[in-house]
Amino acid sequence: MKKLVKGNVALCEGAITAGLHAYFGYPITPQNEVPAYMSRKMVELGRVFIQGESEIASANMVLGAAVTGKRAMTSSSSPGMSLKQEALSYMAGMEIPALIVNVQRGGPGLGNISGAQSDYFQAVKGGGHGDYRLIVLAPNCAQEMYETAYDSFDLAEKYRTPVMILSDGIVGQMMEPVEFNRPEIKEFANKDWALTGCMQREPRSIKSLLMREGSLERHNIDLQEKYEIISKNEVQYESYLTDDAQIIITAFGIASRISKSAVKLARKNGIKAGLLRPKTLWPFPSKIISELAKPQTAFLCVELNHGQMVEDVRLAVNGKSRVEFLGKGGGGIINEIEILEKIKKLVK
Amino acid sequence: MKKILSRPESLKDNQMHYCPGCGHGIIHRLVAEAIDELGVREKTIAVAPVGCAVFAYDYFNFDTTEAPHGRPPAVATGIKRTNPDKFVFTYQGDGDISAIGMSETIHAANRGENITIIFVNNANYGMTGGQMAPTTLIGQVTETTPFGRDPKREGYPIHLCELLSSLTATTYLERVSIYNPKNIINAKRAIKKAFQYQIEGKGFSLIEVISNCPVDWGMTPLDSIKWVEEKFIEEFKLGLIKDKTEQI
Amino acid sequence: MATIKINSDKCKGCSLCVNACPKQCISFSKQFNKTGYHWAVLEKENDCIGCGFCYQVCPDVCIEVYR
Repeated sequence: MKKLVKGNVALCEGAITAGLHAYFGYPITPQNEVPAYMSRKMVELGRVFIQGESEIASANMVLGAAVTGKRAMTSSSSPGMSLKQEALSYMAGMEIPALIVNVQRGGPGLGNISGAQSDYFQAVKGGGHGDYRLIVLAPNCAQEMYETAYDSFDLAEKYRTPVMILSDGIVGQMMEPVEFNRPEIKEFANKDWALTGCMQREPRSIKSLLMREGSLERHNIDLQEKYEIISKNEVQYESYLTDDAQIIITAFGIASRISKSAVKLARKNGIKAGLLRPKTLWPFPSKIISELAKPQTAFLCVELNHGQMVEDVRLAVNGKSRVEFLGKGGGGIINEIEILEKIKKLVK
Repeated sequence: MKKILSRPESLKDNQMHYCPGCGHGIIHRLVAEAIDELGVREKTIAVAPVGCAVFAYDYFNFDTTEAPHGRPPAVATGIKRTNPDKFVFTYQGDGDISAIGMSETIHAANRGENITIIFVNNANYGMTGGQMAPTTLIGQVTETTPFGRDPKREGYPIHLCELLSSLTATTYLERVSIYNPKNIINAKRAIKKAFQYQIEGKGFSLIEVISNCPVDWGMTPLDSIKWVEEKFIEEFKLGLIKDKTEQI
Repeated sequence: MATIKINSDKCKGCSLCVNACPKQCISFSKQFNKTGYHWAVLEKENDCIGCGFCYQVCPDVCIEVYR
């Protein structure tokens, strides 16, 4: 049976069902439903909820819980996510699995509280200091908020790396029917790296400071090898009517829903349009985009920002097709008619 | 003859990287002895700071992690709340705890987290070469106060224990020092008591240890402990600041 | 009967034990150790009372006390 809930609540349920031990958060719109829901549900379940004194503290509490092998998460919206970058860089360096959720709003600065997608660069290009990657997942509806949050912990633990869900104010706040269909996780695999006290074993140390000559260089090579494996194994995308498409829209998150409507409209107008939606923003589905790129095909990247993912699309296309961009920033929302008009211009 | 005093089990047999005469080694030993005596080594998870003591994990013989600068109380909160059966302490310097991490410190204290903080106050940022810290004395010359700390420009030394004592949730706060054997033995007593309180679930404790930093102070080890005795503890008075369990 | 053992490799010659010894029985070696310090040595072996002051003040935890 489906239940009508906000995307942010679906996200909470996904994480809780996956056995979330601890949630640490801080108020900021448009993710406020997450700490509000967690503050009740986690406490009722006898699990840990803390409203931290800042986004920085909340992210570091996640680091603390996760370093002991517990499933921990935090959530925020764009300005708060800037503050969490410190802990994210540390967790990537220390190889700690955790979930970080960004329900994006308009920026830069304090921006506004409308949904936006302008933190793509921050999410997939690093955000914090140092050579690291996050696995970045981009759900586009409440059902996927639930499923993505549920799956993210297994993914994070498989590779011992932080996972980010890059959502936005629209997906987060929109109410949609959700099928809560995943089994509850109650048992967790033993983690041979976690800090649990050195009972009957040698002490463990988890750190990111590697001062001995060459040790950080080696660690960075190890990280890059891990990222290579993730890139090979974990790419997820949705391909919609791309087989015969002359125009392929690339869009993620909420922009992909609007784009899908535009593709349907275009087809009604006799234009062979399709949609390629990255579900993982990192690793990016470069291979499939490259395969779809042909001289007779054109790409249109639609984003609620001023052109961020389009750079990765261009890299994947590598000059084999024309790549155009359509976007709005600062909380502006594109509708399917605007996309259709752009498609019509492109096929002329 | 019997061996009556030697390196505790909770301290690895490594050479420490600290400068000759630096108080960190003594404080590490006191922490390690207290943990041995309380029998909690195998359930300890310690949080090292950013600063000279970041390498504490090379010396402590139990599980350790490190936190970004100033964040150990938040990291320790995450560890302890999800593992209430573990023994959790942070080891932090003055810059870490009372400058960049003041917010994390005050709020962990205000939540009454059942953790222990070992706060090493040596009146400057040691690892980066001896810059002014919130605890630098008035008139003290550092890398970044070449004319001496001027309260008009840099304000006054922060007394963290007194600041935290106003919070209802804090349980035990004491300021000790390590400039002579008597004070060292007293510092051990305070550290052990704070640890004992955590084991008994009594809440937040912080032990401020007034220490030395001979190299960054530009002094010999002997002159540095003399300076602690004559100048440093004049500003930072030693003694019990708060013990809530005694008030009840 | 009491004595101390000083680990000559770990000692950094900081002199805190020399200063703390109530019987003034610790002094420095003439040679350098591998890290370049004159390490502390128990010179007046018969004067040691095993009070442990040297152990207490040693920042490198390189003294053992026997009694």
